[in-house]
Amino acid sequence: MNKTITISPVTRIEGHAKITIHLDENGTVQDARLHVDEFRGFEKFCEGRLLWEMPGITSRICGICPSSHLISSAKAGDEIFAVEIPETAEKLRRLLVLAQWVQSHALSFFYLSSPDLLLGFDSDPSKRNILGLIEKDKELARRGIRLRKFGQEIIEILGGRRIHTPWAVPGGVREPFDKSKKDHLLNWIPEVKETALMALEIIKKVHQDLEKEIPSFGNFRSLFVGLVSTDGGLEYYDGTLRVMDGNGNIIADHLDPRKYYEYFDEHTENWSYLKFPFYKPLGYPKGMYRVGPLARVNICDYIETPLAEKERREFKKIAASDGVVNNSFYYHYARLIETLFAVERIEVLLNDPAILGDHIRARAMINRYEGVGCNEAPRGVLFHHYWVNKDGVLQKVNLLIATGQNNLAMNRTIKQIASSFIEGSNISEGVLNRIESGIRMYDPCLSCSTHAIGQMPLVIQFIDANGNVVHEIRK
Amino acid sequence: MAIVTLTIDGIQFSAKDDESILEIAKQNGIRIPTLCHLDGLSDVGACRLCLVEIEGWNKLMPACTTFPIEGMVIHTQTEKLKKYRRMIIELLASEGNHQCAVCVVNNHCELQDLAYEVGLQYVRFPYLYPKKHVDATHPKFIMDHNKCVLCTRCVRVCHEVEGAHTWDIANRGINCEIISDLNQSWGSSPSCTSCGKCVLVCPTGALIEKGETIAEMEKKRDFLKYIVTARQKREWILNMSDEE
Ligand code: SF4
Ligand code: SF4
Ligand code: FES
Repeated sequence: MNKTITISPVTRIEGHAKITIHLDENGTVQDARLHVDEFRGFEKFCEGRLLWEMPGITSRICGICPSSHLISSAKAGDEIFAVEIPETAEKLRRLLVLAQWVQSHALSFFYLSSPDLLLGFDSDPSKRNILGLIEKDKELARRGIRLRKFGQEIIEILGGRRIHTPWAVPGGVREPFDKSKKDHLLNWIPEVKETALMALEIIKKVHQDLEKEIPSFGNFRSLFVGLVSTDGGLEYYDGTLRVMDGNGNIIADHLDPRKYYEYFDEHTENWSYLKFPFYKPLGYPKGMYRVGPLARVNICDYIETPLAEKERREFKKIAASDGVVNNSFYYHYARLIETLFAVERIEVLLNDPAILGDHIRARAMINRYEGVGCNEAPRGVLFHHYWVNKDGVLQKVNLLIATGQNNLAMNRTIKQIASSFIEGSNISEGVLNRIESGIRMYDPCLSCSTHAIGQMPLVIQFIDANGNVVHEIRK
Repeated sequence: MAIVTLTIDGIQFSAKDDESILEIAKQNGIRIPTLCHLDGLSDVGACRLCLVEIEGWNKLMPACTTFPIEGMVIHTQTEKLKKYRRMIIELLASEGNHQCAVCVVNNHCELQDLAYEVGLQYVRFPYLYPKKHVDATHPKFIMDHNKCVLCTRCVRVCHEVEGAHTWDIANRGINCEIISDLNQSWGSSPSCTSCGKCVLVCPTGALIEKGETIAEMEKKRDFLKYIVTARQKREWILNMSDEE
């Protein structure tokens, strides 16, 4: 009798999802799927709205990375205005993106992932959260919280509030940088830099401790996609797209992100609202690719800040003969390298007199009927594509979000973990948690709800071939 | 004009009988919520938020278009009035598409302020989610019908102050809407002088400036007072004759 095991909802990721694991008669895993049942319809209801409103509207897609949507949206607006934004505005937007990385990566590592990594997958589930971490290592938890706060505070200083700031607009930004806050932020840098370095030490220890388990956590070859700067460096705001294969070969480079639709396509499956993007030349599902920290650190030739570059070289050693780090477990590592980079880069920007300028907004009207905006969100490259009429009313909207692009890889990962750890219908809490954890490596943001603290009820259902629930476990 | 004595909320006042109850209340520091009324424009009694109870009258009356008579006893804050005022805001909210969080005038909106004032916590009526359109054809301004509460301030300011009479009201009941000229796009309106007065007086995000982004636009309505005073007192003409 075929059985389906359902884990629903996945805790400690942003949004609502359900996992089903399909077993055959012998209890061997046949397939695993991440179902995203939520349909937010943003693309549809933006139609008929105004270009100027889009950054504010689309930043509502997510409560964790609103700034990323804000920036892609504002950039799509710049394209439609056909303007080059003032230097100060670009640098301030860069600052915002980096701050977004810091706060989101800190959330992902300290709040969402470190409970599993530091307290153990099989530890008491009621303590496996940030509160449990505080109990175990107060100083570390405090530092993690402060690191996130550092990012949030920059966002707040720039945008006037922590989340959903409508500060970036087509043509630039709305408010200049508040000079009086510069020293306060600069004084904070040594502490957050140290925290980022500490976190890196921790993750390396985890790598040693979990040496045996890591190979079953999403270890497979796939393409990696992300932005790189004109000379191949790690990029977050601008640049061109690079596609690297699972052997570390660059198979496409200098692709114009404004033409993303020429290289990527989206497939839909009837069991998930999340689309399945793939790299066109290889087709579906072979064109599966990964985006986000692992992809970015993999594809770039160098990182422009010294400490992060040193770590990148360490990271590259893991790849060994593969040429590229294919194991998704190292998303955590890559995320922390990026955190360090972001902190270093923020320091450089804060010391740049150009951020203090007050020419921050280019004014223009509709000069093109189509525009694509792109930047690297914490979870991966994010595209906003708008079509407007001559008055600036949206005719059509397409959003290609980071989590969507990791969709295939996430499914692949769950399947791999499930196959390694599940035998028959007798599954322990720890195994289920490993599966969830496999998804959390990608730090998916499936919608905008945050479940940072505490555990949502987890329901595991065994469903037979006829769709009957034969067994149910709740935790 | 005669002087009358009247009682508002238990306090006796004497007032001129050509001033509305709303004006008299205002002069004496009594706050009655309003929406369609705007100092400097004629009153039409469209929104009914300013309803008051008058002893001996079996109907609730809008303070902005009701004038005092000798011995009138008026109540402005009864439970019944509070209930109706809240209901009016609920109805306005439910029959438009007011997504405050992503509105250009978020935090600077009279409808929002009123919702706070009447203690609106939730809307008990089902939202209609009407399909309304956005007219962005004017080079400087935008009319977003989703947020129009049909107060007709725009109609009045354009007619009474600017003298262009670009706006009008078409249809009836739930289909009622503001139109420009002969129901054509605002951008093609031959009468509009692009003065922007209607945009400034509009209490909500229905009339906005092009290029403004979420929560960015603040409307300064003081201008109306100056224009109207200037026009009535014609001080510039007096000054000119002084100089002569
Ligand atoms: S801009 Fe001036 S003239 Fe044009 S519709 Fe508005 S008030 Fe009337
Ligand atoms: S557009 Fe504004 S001013 Fe005109 S009727 Fe509607 S809400 Fe009132
Ligand atoms: S203010 Fe009196 S009816 Fe609107």
